[in-house]
Amino acid sequence: MHKEPLFHIVKRETLPWYKSWGVRLLAVVCALIVAGLITLFLTGLNPIKVYATMIDGAIGTQRRTWALMQKTAMLLCIALALTPAFRMRFWNTGAEGQVLAGGMCCAVIMLKLGDKLPNGLLTLLMLVAGVLGGAIWGVIPAIFKAKWNTNETLFTLMMNYIAIQIIGYYVLEWSVPKGSGSIGVINQKTQAGWLPSIGGQAYLINIIVVAVLTVLVYIYLTYSKHGYEISVVGESEKTARYIGIDVKKVIIRTMCLSGAICGLAGFLLVSGADHTITKDTAGGNGFTAIMVCWLAKFNPIWMVLTSLLICFLSKGAGEIATMFNLNLSFSDIITGIIIFFIVGSEFFINYRLIFRGHRKEANS
Amino acid sequence: MSVPAIELKNITKTFGKSVVANKNVCLTVNYGEILAILGENGSGKTTLLNMISGIYYPDEGQIFVNGEEVSITSPKDAFKYKIGMIHQHFKLVDVFSATENIILGLEDDGKYDIKKASLKVREIAAQYGFEIDPDKKIYEMSVSEKQTVEIIKVLYRGADILMLDEPTAVLTPQETRKLFAVLRKMKESGKAIVIITHKLHEVLDISDKVAVLRKGEYIGTVNTSETNEGQLTEMMVGKKVTLNIDRSDPVDPTDRLIVAHLNCMNRDGFKVLSNVTFTAKSGEILGIAGIAGSGQRELLETIAGLQPMVTGGVQYIVPETGKIEFLRDKTPLQIREMGIRLSFVPEDRLGMGLVGSMGTVDNMMLRSYRKGKGIFLRKQEPKALADKIIEELEVVTPSASTPVRRLSGGNVQKVLVGREIAAAPTVLMAAYPVRGLDINSSYLIYNLLNEQKKNGVAVIFVGEDLDVLLGLCDRIMVIGSGTVTGIVDARTTTKEEIGLLMTKEVRKDA
Repeated sequence: MHKEPLFHIVKRETLPWYKSWGVRLLAVVCALIVAGLITLFLTGLNPIKVYATMIDGAIGTQRRTWALMQKTAMLLCIALALTPAFRMRFWNTGAEGQVLAGGMCCAVIMLKLGDKLPNGLLTLLMLVAGVLGGAIWGVIPAIFKAKWNTNETLFTLMMNYIAIQIIGYYVLEWSVPKGSGSIGVINQKTQAGWLPSIGGQAYLINIIVVAVLTVLVYIYLTYSKHGYEISVVGESEKTARYIGIDVKKVIIRTMCLSGAICGLAGFLLVSGADHTITKDTAGGNGFTAIMVCWLAKFNPIWMVLTSLLICFLSKGAGEIATMFNLNLSFSDIITGIIIFFIVGSEFFINYRLIFRGHRKEANS
Repeated sequence: MSVPAIELKNITKTFGKSVVANKNVCLTVNYGEILAILGENGSGKTTLLNMISGIYYPDEGQIFVNGEEVSITSPKDAFKYKIGMIHQHFKLVDVFSATENIILGLEDDGKYDIKKASLKVREIAAQYGFEIDPDKKIYEMSVSEKQTVEIIKVLYRGADILMLDEPTAVLTPQETRKLFAVLRKMKESGKAIVIITHKLHEVLDISDKVAVLRKGEYIGTVNTSETNEGQLTEMMVGKKVTLNIDRSDPVDPTDRLIVAHLNCMNRDGFKVLSNVTFTAKSGEILGIAGIAGSGQRELLETIAGLQPMVTGGVQYIVPETGKIEFLRDKTPLQIREMGIRLSFVPEDRLGMGLVGSMGTVDNMMLRSYRKGKGIFLRKQEPKALADKIIEELEVVTPSASTPVRRLSGGNVQKVLVGREIAAAPTVLMAAYPVRGLDINSSYLIYNLLNEQKKNGVAVIFVGEDLDVLLGLCDRIMVIGSGTVTGIVDARTTTKEEIGLLMTKEVRKDA
């Protein structure tokens, strides 16, 4: 029997930017409608009200806005750390561990030397220790990859658990009061090793540091010789070898950088926000950052948008859960739907569907 | 008249808006007939066959099999209509035997019966004159044996319509003759055969009818007995072309690169080059002939410093001073830092020579980005070079920053060869530089190589088309399974002699 398939898929030409962003916007609108309908059917709540609560939860008050910006800055910082590695097609899934390793080194100095050094020197030492800690955690899998071609995804992933368990051990060991299982706020009285507030805003310094970092990473990747080498190695190792790039050196150097920025994020978290260390200091951002990176197609500037989107959604969705007395999973459902649509829209930017029957029209 | 095996009516297939792979193609293939589809690379030959074999689906038009309109949406559908395709790139499992590969994926009721199957394989082989050992593992087979397995695979499934995509590209002249003998037998037994090729003399040799495509458009079908090379070329290219390579005598050739007793292993520890010794001279083109995969790639990569050698040495004689430099165990970067201008056009253009996702400018920078102090890239020079190459070699590209992956094969090669020549080399190595290129681009590349030769460059040219090797080179070195089987004078040798050398076994102890 002769039957044309219902539809077939055809690759598109590159769309102009306004059309591709139109498709993405449309995807968000569709996502909101679908998520709204699901909300209505599952909970009977008015979707408009739910969305209003969501916005309120994210930016409803000044405090919430600052919290959102801090959260975004941290997520962005980790995503920026992943970018050089990802551009090199080195799938660093160990950001969580690298952040924790950096944060841990920094907390140790804060805890042990807090009252022995002047504050400026202490903070500097914490910064160096944090960056170094992250870099070491990042470079170990890179060395193994370069020397013995181990699988970096698994290796970096496993390194996460080592970092988490080390912290778990010392948090118990150093817990205040003893046996409480928590270190508590470090140097609460002296505030030694705390990053200063600017204009009364505790998080502003973190946000400024990450903003500068965004520009630096962008410049490094786009205009520097190192950035060029990273792109060549990522695209084709054979080409890199052919033109005489030392691939092993580039892998190790880049992962050193990636880990170092993760370590910086750890420092900012410990010194500039939490003033303590727990197993949850990175809070899963090491994994969320992977999504931020991919959604922005490894472009540091776009990452500002994608990390803001994701933090906005999670803050807002969290508010829905508490306001309407819903299970936290419900906010995950809404976040999931929205991200699904955004990721899915990329398909329609690259391909189009031709439906049955439309062929004849095209003929005439 | 009998019903045609396949009839295509106004088949159109586009990729995106601007790429028209096939436009209003009409074809007829009868049983007991060999149809050759002729066209340059990128003219849509493979796309067309892929639509008949269910890999693509046409945007417009109709396909008739045995006079009935059909819709082929998967390779399984194609088999239902007794259509079998032999792809250019084999799809075989290396660790399985011939028989195992042949019955793999076959939906027979009951159990796999290897014995029965290999008996049937032998029957098919005997019927058409194949030479095959059903129990031999694929990884032990030569390219031509693998191809035999692919052909038997579709015959085993009962195909009456066979389509072969460039089957002769990987074969020696002798193997090609054998294949053609088999195809003729199949034709006599009433099968319909479609064969893709861009070698004219093969078309004239084997086919009954020739259909010509040009840039996706169907130009026409002619009877082979009523046409000639000139007419076919004109149909293919759209205008009259003169195909002459102007070969000058080498001027003052002196030794430039001496390769001595080179031995080389691949990653798995198999010996890929053994005891290779030759000299490349300035001002001449040294051709390297051999069956694909005989060690040509490894040889060039070893000289370029990309592969370690086990034993042996490479000496470079500096043209100005006559000083000898040893290239053994040097990395490509070290070789360049020694001031040796060794250019290399690798076989794998987008995978090794260029970065596909980068534009022409950034690809120019591959060779020069280290220049200058500071940590930042300087783009003016590569930009100027890119513009110069685009203009002088007539590279068709929307802009100098368009990813080279999106350019056609010929233009990609112009970018690569242009960059390598711009480095003012003293040794230029090119592996299959015209593979996949249309006739005009191919001749442009030949001329560029000739120009380099006249400038006193030692050119090493790895080629597959023996006619070209004979017409372009001064000397031809033949490689068979990693050993040099002979070095002959290109002006006096014959295709047959080279063909014999290609398959000659050199005893290991010799």
